[in-house]
Amino acid sequence: MSKEKFDYFIKGEKDKYEVVIGLEVHAQVLSKSKLFSGSSTKFGADPNNQVSLIDSAFPGMLPVINEECVKQAVRTGLGLNAKINNYSVFDRKNYFYADLPQGYQISQYKNPIVGEGKVLLDMPYGSKVIGIERLHLEQDAGKSIHDMDPSNTYVDLNRSGIALMEIVSKPDLRSPDEVNAYIKKLRSIMRYLGTCDGNMQEGSLRADVNVSVRKEGDKNFGTRCEIKNVNSIKFMQMAIEYEAARQVELIENGKEIDQETRLFDTKKNETRSMRSKEDAHDYRYFPDPDLLPLKLEQQLIDDLKKSLPELPDKKKERFIKEYGLNAYEANVLVSEKDISDYYEEVAKLSDKKLAATWMMGDLFAMLNDRGLDISKSPISTKHFAELVQSIKSGEISGRIAKEVFEIMVESGDNPKKIIESKGMKQQSDPKELEKIINEILSKNKDKVDQYKAGKEKLFGFFVGQVMKLSGGKANPQLTNEILKKLLKG
Amino acid sequence: MSDIINQSLNQIIKRVKTKEISSTDLTKAYIKNIEGAKKLNTFVTTTFDQALDKAKQFDNKPNFDQLLPGIPLAVKDLFCTENVKTTAGSNILNNFVPSYESTVTKNLWDNGSFLLGKLNCDEFAMGSSNETSYFGNVINPVGDQLVPGGSSGGSSSALAADLTPATIGTDTGGSIRQPASFTGTVGLKPTYGLCSRWGIVAFASSLDQAGPMTKDITDCAIMLEAMSGFDEKDSTSINKKKENYSKNLKDNIKGLKIGIPKEYRVDNMPKEIDELWEKGKKILKDLGAELIDISLPHTKYALPTYYIVAPAEASSNLARYDGVRYGYRSKQGKDLIEMYEKTRSEGFGDEVKRRILIGTYVLSSGYYDAYYLKAQKVRQLIKKDFDDSFKKIDGILTPSTPSSAFKIGEKTNDPVSMYLNDIFTVPVNLAGLPALSMPAGADKQGYPLGLQLIGKALDEQKILNIGYAFEKNCGFKNEIKKWWS
Repeated sequence: MSKEKFDYFIKGEKDKYEVVIGLEVHAQVLSKSKLFSGSSTKFGADPNNQVSLIDSAFPGMLPVINEECVKQAVRTGLGLNAKINNYSVFDRKNYFYADLPQGYQISQYKNPIVGEGKVLLDMPYGSKVIGIERLHLEQDAGKSIHDMDPSNTYVDLNRSGIALMEIVSKPDLRSPDEVNAYIKKLRSIMRYLGTCDGNMQEGSLRADVNVSVRKEGDKNFGTRCEIKNVNSIKFMQMAIEYEAARQVELIENGKEIDQETRLFDTKKNETRSMRSKEDAHDYRYFPDPDLLPLKLEQQLIDDLKKSLPELPDKKKERFIKEYGLNAYEANVLVSEKDISDYYEEVAKLSDKKLAATWMMGDLFAMLNDRGLDISKSPISTKHFAELVQSIKSGEISGRIAKEVFEIMVESGDNPKKIIESKGMKQQSDPKELEKIINEILSKNKDKVDQYKAGKEKLFGFFVGQVMKLSGGKANPQLTNEILKKLLKG
Repeated sequence: MSDIINQSLNQIIKRVKTKEISSTDLTKAYIKNIEGAKKLNTFVTTTFDQALDKAKQFDNKPNFDQLLPGIPLAVKDLFCTENVKTTAGSNILNNFVPSYESTVTKNLWDNGSFLLGKLNCDEFAMGSSNETSYFGNVINPVGDQLVPGGSSGGSSSALAADLTPATIGTDTGGSIRQPASFTGTVGLKPTYGLCSRWGIVAFASSLDQAGPMTKDITDCAIMLEAMSGFDEKDSTSINKKKENYSKNLKDNIKGLKIGIPKEYRVDNMPKEIDELWEKGKKILKDLGAELIDISLPHTKYALPTYYIVAPAEASSNLARYDGVRYGYRSKQGKDLIEMYEKTRSEGFGDEVKRRILIGTYVLSSGYYDAYYLKAQKVRQLIKKDFDDSFKKIDGILTPSTPSSAFKIGEKTNDPVSMYLNDIFTVPVNLAGLPALSMPAGADKQGYPLGLQLIGKALDEQKILNIGYAFEKNCGFKNEIKKWWS
C-alpha cells in the first residue's frame, strides 16, 4: 500500500487551517437491565413499557448499581488500553427536563471509572494514536416526542436509566476521515468485547463533536464549538466540514468564535447555535448521597483482563503473521469479530490467501447487496472453504467459481455437488484439451499462419475459442501451455 | 378501654397476648380516641376500615409469636404506603397514592401490626415545629398553644395523646428526638443505614434515618427491632445480623463510661436545661456509671454545616416534583418551563422553597468549594471528634433541645432561631451515629424536657440499656391532661 500524505486543511482566502476534533462518544452498555434498576433495556418496546419506579423517579426510590454494567465499563476500558480506577464516584448532574424524571442524571464527574487510554487508527498515511481522556458511566435520559401532537409533548421513559459509557477522546483527531476511522475502531473494539452493539440507527452509539480550527502550524488551539448528539458517522463528517468552514470564515473576516453548543440540522446540512457559554447550564454536580463510592477489587479487574477476547489490533498482527495477509486484507477481516471468525474457519480448511481474496470480493459484495450480516450468510464456512479449495486445486476456474458461488447462494448446496451435477468441472485432462485445441487450430489455419508470422496477439483469440468450445471449463493454465506447444510445432 | 390504651406498647402487647383485649377492640379504642382528637390535627389520612379489617383478620387467626401482634400503628406521612395517600405534608404530593410500601413500614406489618393512618409532619420533613405542613400545624397535647416539635410533630403528638400505641418518624437533623423531647416521649434515631430508606420520601439522603417514637425504652427496643434490617434496595443500608434489642435490654450500667461534652453548654441556655442535665448525670452516676468530661471541638460548626449539606441534597432530591409524572401540576403555564415554575411555586411552601434556594446556591459553580465542599470537610471533622471520644467512652449524655416546647407562631418569622432548636441533635446526623431522646423532667411550666444519649455506630443496644436504667430511676412521669375532647 502506498503511503499517502495527510492532507486535510481548510483553505481560507488568506491561510490554510487545520481542523482539531475531539469526540464525546455515548455508547449504550450491552446489559439486560438498566444501570440502577431492574428494567429491561430491549430496544423497540412499546412506549413506557420498560420503566420501573426508579426510572420514573417516584418518591423514596433509590438507585442500586448494576454490577454487570460496571464490568462492561471495565472491559471497555481494558479494550481501550486504559487505566481502570479502583475508586470512582457517582455524581448528580442537575437539570430540569421533561424526559429526565429525577431532575438529575446520575453520572461520574471528578472520579470516572476509567482514566487515560489510547486507540490505534490505520490511516492511508500510516497509523495514528488517538488519546482517550476518560470513560465514565452514566444514565441515559428518556425521549421527548414533539411531533405526535400539535400542542403536547409526549415522553417515553423506556430509555431512561439505561447505562451509557461516555468515552471522551483527546483533541487528537484532524479530519472527517479520522473521525470515521475512530468511530469505526471504537465500535469494532466494543463489539469484540460485547460491551456495546454499536448500532447507530437505534441510537446505541452517538457523539458530541468538538470542533475548532487553527492556522496550520499554530501551537494553540482555537475556540471550540460543541455539536451535540450526532448519530451517524456521515452526519458527524458533514457537521465537521460545515463547522470548520464556518469558523474559518469567521476568523478570516476578523470575527470572534463564540464558545457555544450547536446543533447539526441534517436537513439543511448546517450547524446552528443551541446555547452560548453564558447560557450554559450550571449542573451543580455533587456526589450522589444515595450511592456509595464504587470500589473495585484489583482481583476483579485482573480477572476481567484475563477473560478479554483477542482484540482487533492483536488479531490483525496475527492474521498478517499466521495467514500471510497484507495489512489491508488483515484490517478488513478483523474489523468485525464475526467476519474474522468466519475467515478463520474458512482459512483452516482452505488456502488462506485465496480465501481472503474471495471473502473480500464476492462474499462481501453478495452480503452487501442483500444487506446481510456475515453471521446470516447463506453460505456456510465449510461450503465456502470447499469452493476456495476447488479453485485452488484447479478443479474449477475463477470464472466458473463465480457461477458456482451464485448457485450456492440460491440453493445452499455444497459446491462439489453443484460442480458435479452441472458438469462444471474444469477440463484439466491434457489429452482432452489437446483434442479441443487441435480442432480449433485446424479450423483456423489462416489465423495460425498469421500467428506464426508474428501476430502474437492472436494467442488470446485461440484461448477464447478453447474456452468457448469447452463451455468455459478448460483449465486456463494448461490451455496456455498446450496452445503454446502446438502453435510452435 | 381507655385505661388500656393509656399504657405503653409492651403492656398492650401483653394484654393482646393474654387475650384481655382483641385486636379489633384495641383498634376501635384508638379510632375513638383519634376521632375525638381532631383539634390536635395529627392525622392527614386515616385508614380505619382497612385497620378494622386487618384487626379482624388477626383476631380470626392470631399469631402471638410476632413482635407486634395485632397492633394498630399510625406512621409519619413521609413513609410511602401502598394504596394509601402519602403527602410528605406537601401540596405537591397532595394527591399522591403510592403503588408500593416502604421497607420500614413493610417490616412493621410483617411483624403483625397494621396501619391506622398517616401522621402530619413538616413539609418534606423540613421544620422543627410542624408549622410548615400544607395540612396545617399540629398541636402538642402538652398545651393547646404549644408546638409538638418537628418534623415528626404529628407522630409525637399522636403518641403523647394516645392516638397510636407507638409510631415511627424520620430524623434528618433532630426530627425524631426534638419532638420526643417536646412531648415527653422516647425517640431514637438509629445509626445511618440501620433502617432502610427505600420508600421514604427523601429530604437529605446522607442524613435521613427512620426511627421509633414510643412511650418508653422497652417499646423503643421492640419497635427498632421490628423496623430495622438490611435492605438490598438501599445501597447505604448496613448488611448485618438483626439484633434482639428488646430481649437483650438490661438495666445494669455499672462501670459504663459516659462522656459529658463541654461544647453542649451553650450561651443563653435556660437554667432549667442545665439543671436537667445535672440531674441526668447524677442519676447515671448513682447507677454506677463513670462520668468523663470530653471535648467535641467542632460542635459549633455543626449547625452551619448541616444547613449547607441538608439543603444541598434536598434541592436535588426535590427536583423530581415537577408536575410531569405524578403529584400536583399547575393548570397554568404556556410551556414546559412555565409549567415547572408554576407547579413548584404553587406546590411547595415557603420553608421548602427557602431550602431549595439555599441548596441550589451552595452547589452553584463558584460557590461549591466555599460552601458544599467545605461543609463536607467539616462534617468529617465532626465525625472524627466523635470517633476520638468513643475510644474511651460508651455513650454521651447531653440535653436533647435548648428549650422546652415553644408557642405556635413564636419562631415562624425567624428561621435562624427555629434552626437553633436542632443545635444538640444535628451533630449526630452529620456523624451518622445513633442517639435517643428520653423524657427526664419538666420545666417550671410543666412542659417536658428530654435528655439525649448518643452511642457509637451500631451501639443501639448500649444506649437503650442506659436509657432503660435511667428510665427506671428517673422518677419523671409524663402527665398529660386530656383537654382536647
